[in-house]
Amino acid sequence: MAALGVTHLVKRFAGGVVGVDDVTLTVGEGAFTALVGPSGCGKTTILRLVAGLEEPTSGEVRIGGRDVTWLPPRDRDVAMVFQNYALYPHLTVRDNIAFPLRVRRTAPAEIVRRVRQAAELLEIDALFERKPAQLSGGQRQRVALARAIVREPALFLFDEPLSNLDAQVRAQTRAELVALHRRLGATMLYVTHDQVEAMTMAQTVAVMASGRVLQEGAPMSLYRDPASLAVAKFIGSPSINTVAGRSTGARFEGALSCVLHAAEASGAVLAVRPEHLVLGAAADASPATVTLVEPLGPESLVRMRLASGEELVARCAGEAPWHIGDHVRVGVAEGRGLCYRASDGSRLL
Amino acid sequence: MPKARGRRVAGYGAALLLALVMVAPFLWMLSTALMDEFEVYQAPPPLLPASPRFANFTEALTALPFAVYFRNSLILAAATVVGQVATAAMAGYAFARHRFAGRTPLFAVYLGTLMIPGIALLVPRFLIVDAMGLVDTIAGLVSVELVAAWGIFLVRQYFLSLPRDMEDAARLDGASEWQVFWRVALPLARPALATVALFAFIDAWKALLWPLIIARSPDLRVVEAGVASFHGMYYANWPWQMAAAVAALVPVLLVFFVAQKAFLRGLAFGGFK
Ligand SMILES: Nc1ncnc2c1ncn2[C@@H]1O[C@H](COP(=O)(O)OP(=O)(O)OP(=O)(O)O)[C@@H](O)[C@H]1O
Ligand SMILES: [Mg+2]
Repeated sequence: MAALGVTHLVKRFAGGVVGVDDVTLTVGEGAFTALVGPSGCGKTTILRLVAGLEEPTSGEVRIGGRDVTWLPPRDRDVAMVFQNYALYPHLTVRDNIAFPLRVRRTAPAEIVRRVRQAAELLEIDALFERKPAQLSGGQRQRVALARAIVREPALFLFDEPLSNLDAQVRAQTRAELVALHRRLGATMLYVTHDQVEAMTMAQTVAVMASGRVLQEGAPMSLYRDPASLAVAKFIGSPSINTVAGRSTGARFEGALSCVLHAAEASGAVLAVRPEHLVLGAAADASPATVTLVEPLGPESLVRMRLASGEELVARCAGEAPWHIGDHVRVGVAEGRGLCYRASDGSRLL
Repeated sequence: MPKARGRRVAGYGAALLLALVMVAPFLWMLSTALMDEFEVYQAPPPLLPASPRFANFTEALTALPFAVYFRNSLILAAATVVGQVATAAMAGYAFARHRFAGRTPLFAVYLGTLMIPGIALLVPRFLIVDAMGLVDTIAGLVSVELVAAWGIFLVRQYFLSLPRDMEDAARLDGASEWQVFWRVALPLARPALATVALFAFIDAWKALLWPLIIARSPDLRVVEAGVASFHGMYYANWPWQMAAAVAALVPVLLVFFVAQKAFLRGLAFGGFK
């Protein structure tokens, strides 16, 4: 176990593509941090830089206080679970798990003991003699995990380890990974493009876009207080509603309107979470037409279109009393409107 | 439905015809190997021997010291297979996976050698081997085909088609570069290496020109040279030659059947999972 510190990390690929653009990030000892962002934003590149599979253009990587920026992967004491698991197809499950110990010339008795321990922890000891091609996706994922934990590394890296699993196995594995983290007390950096995964698993979430970290914080603080429009849009499902308009300082005026206490008047975008839209006759309510009602059981999603043509989605408890084509009035719950500058998406209020 | 069936029949028909064209010379060779010495010269030539003469085999194979020839051919083939597989594996891996100064031009030079016909190399090779004092030795016989540019090319392409993640995983697992190559990359490349081995074997086995030139003493002759020597300037014993040729074919068939599975996978390596 060791803390990970990444400072001003830059990776420019041959050909000029900037994969990682001045990223500074800390994962505390024993912490679980998720790196989340859209496809191509540089998540895998960061992991590969931390693992030593790529050399940075500039910046520094420290593991447990030690500068490892220029050390080869094998001297970093880092384990990684790849997106496609990267199991060795010619080796059995047992030999796959034992591989890291064998190449480090661990004593045979010790190998047997630790391989069994790791396999029991992940409940794959029954699969020992199989080859990776004879395993299901979920089983492969467990073997890859076992191969990572058998070494007891200082730091775990995960590159979208659940993305190849079906929804049910994914939900189950999510919980198991969190339990594993608590049990091992290990430092983990977890990459995903699925914000639900990041929110539910991690203690700290870092949101990335085009090579940069936009915001870092506890999951709920990112949800409540997104510092930029990009983060607001990325976190939350269904995504946050946005309406273009302008701020007068005291009010937001647009197809929706609400009270603001902003200091400046400018072009602005109002962002409202689906659960913060109020349907009914509120003071600032605007007319809208219901376009779809999606009952989910404990709650319903009501999709509607404003007179301006902008689409909104509202979350209501229980069964929604509206139907397609109904005319409703929609407003913003008091103090729940988030307002961003139209120019650069930075927070206005 | 009838149209689809018609197409299928036509397809099988075409495949059958092609197969026949491929197999016919072999069948004729087999048939000739069992004919009487002068039966061959009848006009029109008969398709089948009047009565099969199996003695052709024992006679042909003892008329000349074929045991020695087979031994020499096996040494030549084994050395060629080992040499080509080892160099193709290492060089192909290096060209696909390692960055080093001059990689691209060097690879272009390797590919360029594929454009030079083997016959043009005959004299320069002989002069070099002669200068090394290796004419008429086993070392001289096996020396010239130990590295094959096309094998390097094939293995390189194979590695380029494989994901690098397995090798990266091994690096993280603590493997040295040599261990990555030996314990992960090589086993992954098995189908490509089997293909290289198979072609190297067949090439070496049917080599005639170089062995003829480099080996002066009769006990350095290879099987192909033995087969060819039934065909004199004024007279040819066709049945004996064909019988020896059939015998020479046996090791090739054996190797092909053993290697077939791996070989087909090597050819179809786009479908790697
Ligand atoms: N070896 C490379 N050479 C050049 N560009 C690269 C290389 N690897 C990645 N990139 C580029 O760097 C950027 C970041 O890639 P990266 O793989 O880190 O994205 P990612 O966030 O992991 O995406 P995904 O969610 O799709 O896996 C992309 O624009 C990609 O095209
Ligand atoms: Mg990625």
